[in-house]
Amino acid sequence: MPTDVISAGDLRARIDTRFARKKALAIGLPVVVAAYLAYVFFAFDIPGLADRARMDNARTLTSDMVSYKTHVTRDNRDGTTEVSIEGERKGEYPPGVTPDWVDMQGETTVIDLGGGQIVTFLPDTRLSVELPDFGTIEAGMEGRDVVTNLEEPVPDWISLSRTRLAITTDEGRVSFTRNRTEVFNYFPGWELFWFTFESPYKDHGVGEIVFGPRIDPERSNFAGAWHDFWHNTMWSHSHVAWALFETILMAFLGTFGAAVISLPLAFLAAKNFTPLGPLRFALRRMFDLFRGIDGLIWTIILARAFGPGPMTGALAILLTDTGSFGKMFSEALENVDGKQIEGVASTGAATAHRYRFGVIPQITPVLLSQVLYFFESNTRSATIIGAITGGGIGLLLTQAMITQKDWEEVTYYIILVVLMVMAMDSLSGWLRRKLIKGE
Amino acid sequence: MSFVETDFRANYVALVARKRLYGGIMLAIFALLMISGFTLADSRNAGGFWDGILNVFDFPAAVWEDTAPKLDQLPGHLVTYFPSLVETLNIAAVATLVGTIFGTLLSLLSTRGIARWPRLTGLFRRVMDIMRAVPEIVVALVLIFVLGGGPVPAMIAIAFHTSGALGKLFSEVNENADLKPVEGLASVGARWGQRMWLGIIPQVSPNYFSYALLRFEINIRASAILGFVGAGGLGYELKNAMSWGQGKYDEAAAIFILLFLTIVFFDQISSHIRNRLTGEGAH
Repeated sequence: MPTDVISAGDLRARIDTRFARKKALAIGLPVVVAAYLAYVFFAFDIPGLADRARMDNARTLTSDMVSYKTHVTRDNRDGTTEVSIEGERKGEYPPGVTPDWVDMQGETTVIDLGGGQIVTFLPDTRLSVELPDFGTIEAGMEGRDVVTNLEEPVPDWISLSRTRLAITTDEGRVSFTRNRTEVFNYFPGWELFWFTFESPYKDHGVGEIVFGPRIDPERSNFAGAWHDFWHNTMWSHSHVAWALFETILMAFLGTFGAAVISLPLAFLAAKNFTPLGPLRFALRRMFDLFRGIDGLIWTIILARAFGPGPMTGALAILLTDTGSFGKMFSEALENVDGKQIEGVASTGAATAHRYRFGVIPQITPVLLSQVLYFFESNTRSATIIGAITGGGIGLLLTQAMITQKDWEEVTYYIILVVLMVMAMDSLSGWLRRKLIKGE
Repeated sequence: MSFVETDFRANYVALVARKRLYGGIMLAIFALLMISGFTLADSRNAGGFWDGILNVFDFPAAVWEDTAPKLDQLPGHLVTYFPSLVETLNIAAVATLVGTIFGTLLSLLSTRGIARWPRLTGLFRRVMDIMRAVPEIVVALVLIFVLGGGPVPAMIAIAFHTSGALGKLFSEVNENADLKPVEGLASVGARWGQRMWLGIIPQVSPNYFSYALLRFEINIRASAILGFVGAGGLGYELKNAMSWGQGKYDEAAAIFILLFLTIVFFDQISSHIRNRLTGEGAH
């Protein structure tokens, strides 16, 4: 039997106010959000972003990610010419070997950039660049100055000063100074990813290496190819693998170390296991403190004591997560069902047995799934912490980025990091299903 | 009868013994992994653990040494760095906001039963997996190279990751949503957007809000860390303050205090609100 009868008018009024409130919220919330975004638009100086953005950097980045350049360099002081991938010593062509677009005849080197563009290094530090739709540019040295047959004004893809001539075409780049003449030729792909020039397996396909005759008489094809790939000096695959492992190690030690430490502490911080109020309070505040001192601060403090490396990163994760786990575990412990403990106690079990059989089985699934979630997300954190303390793939990534030229390596690392995190994601998901649901 | 009983008992004992054995082996493997991992990490570290543990308090002591004589300047430093703190919070807030919007869209597109294009749910799931897997620092560093330092690269980086992370959580919420309102709306000819906005969102918004709040808390930390690699805010100031070295750590101390108080403040507030949301029996 209803105790208060609402008249139709009352009901209508009540519903009207509710609708009005909902309408106000439906309009008010987007307005507040829009106002905030407008404030941030100016606080972040988004209008000035277009000026600050370096579109040339973006172009370099996107083209370098999927292409490499081969340098042909003549040292103008001694007249020697070298061809190398990315201008690195590790990527140098062996003496006497040149790509087919470079033709060395004594002091003259003819370089075919493609598209009919021909660069020729001539004796006596002279240079000629043939461009089909422009003409032939000739340059040489007169004393300390660069002299050319160009007439002012030069087009914007040529930069000419007293000491330097630089030409950028859609096929490559040429630069000429007193000390060196250099040509960059761009090609798609990641060169030398599998084997460097020293390796006899370069330019052999997978089929040839696996099934073909022995290429290097000293060793079997498979072992030799693996060794040369693994110790590839350009891409250093073994180092990268180590770095990935180090990152996972940091996450593993940090997460599970924190879990091991915080489990006993959580018992001491849970109301139903520790009657001592002050102890509980102290522990809870300690958890808050450890959580509140962010991973960043821990990393800085610990890096001073332990130096750079994976241990520092692992400890930083461990300390932050001890706070989080302590809080989460003690909350889980406070929510355990007392009946099971009573049941175990009624059999005359000792305290240790009550915990072992009354409590642990109840909380294990909850705790384990939380720990595994953290493990997964800590793999990502370990990448970031590694970039700050100097360990793991995070360090390699920042190092490659700071040079601002090895974008193909940066891409390689990014792909590996994403694959690593996704792998850890599926691993932790699989473990969760296996251990908790018992599938 | 007794034959069956002993059989039963023997079986049970054998089962328990096997379970204990497995448990023991698992525990031993785990202990072994922890110990060997620890030793390995120790050997790869520049400074050893046992040397370092004695020096853990050196840095805090140095900071305190620099701060103690200049305690009167501390409030001034706190005021000086307050705008950077606001920037860090703004980065986190905008990233959470943008991430929530994209996460909502992605989650609606990837939940079976309510997706706009049911065939593409798998695709959107993979997209979310990838977005979730990209650590913020990767996107931030690439964007810093293109856009220059400042809050925008950090904001985009965090928003990118947040979209994926929230999208996954949201789609789990969506799976439990009641589809009757959607059917009702469909029967009166509502478009997909209307069905979602009026049929699904009102049901799931308390849970969405709770997850977004948790994410905001995480993003404050992330935005402080990204500042340290050049993306503005409090982390950037901290890096500068640290680089001045011993004798000038009082400014770093002020930043530590600001960061700590902020994290604790938002941690408490958000857990309070989330408790109230779930306490009201939203679901």
